[in-house]
Amino acid sequence: MNATGTNQTSIEAHPTLPLITITREFDAPPDRVYRAWTDPELFVRWIGPRSIDTRVDHWDARTGGSWHYTSSRDGEQWGFFGSFHELRPNERLVQTFTFEGYPDGVSLETLVLTDLGDGRTRATTTGVVASLEDRDAILRSGMEVGVIEGYEKLDELLADGR
Amino acid sequence: MTDELSRAFAALADPTRRDIVARLAGADASVGELAEPYGMSVQAVSKHLKVLGAAGLVSRSRDAQRRPCHLEAEVFDLMTTWIERYRRQAQERFVRLDAVLAEMGEQDEPYDESRPRQEGAAS
Repeated sequence: MNATGTNQTSIEAHPTLPLITITREFDAPPDRVYRAWTDPELFVRWIGPRSIDTRVDHWDARTGGSWHYTSSRDGEQWGFFGSFHELRPNERLVQTFTFEGYPDGVSLETLVLTDLGDGRTRATTTGVVASLEDRDAILRSGMEVGVIEGYEKLDELLADGR
Repeated sequence: MTDELSRAFAALADPTRRDIVARLAGADASVGELAEPYGMSVQAVSKHLKVLGAAGLVSRSRDAQRRPCHLEAEVFDLMTTWIERYRRQAQERFVRLDAVLAEMGEQDEPYDESRPRQEGAAS
């Protein structure tokens, strides 16, 4: 039921405003995408590479709620926390995001789900931080974590999923 | 490399400097030529060029008296690489999400023959 081609992710880092916009389409209806984003058990299965263990310490997914999770690898730990600012089921999720290792760099993240019909959904995430410096710190984090050891674990998970 | 990119991003946070870069993308220009449209002193433009130079975005040739400013495209390539790696990280995450969504779809399927039917769930 899945197309053979993988949907691609597009990213836009605004040159002069501290914004990052990430857009991706999914072969699933909005309610399912929304659930994968807000149910902690589903969320931990995709948020980090398999080599990183993600533990949800607190998760209250409702407007005015909050969340905290800890990622660990080889004895190293990183904490992340934020507030659920607004949840509009199957349409929109607004939350804050802070990496405890960079506590001043809070990001306001807005996820918008667009129903494309035929069981497809476009997810657009816009992250806003207070300065370009903070934005660049976030982009830099992609450099450090991103390329590391991800691929074979990914294949494994993909195989599990089918 | 990271520091260089940070400086490049910071240097481009200023609208005048962005404009200077845009104009140098077309052709090399002297400081005087660059200053003209801004109603700005040559000194003020020189200051901007100094920031762009420190960020590795613009260089100035030493030979000619005009000392034209030149855009260093290489740094822009590095910035593109930086963003591309971040994009790839997001893509990896979303491929994992694809798998989770596909599995959820199987569980949602009411007439899936591979799964035992749940009788008497009175809800």
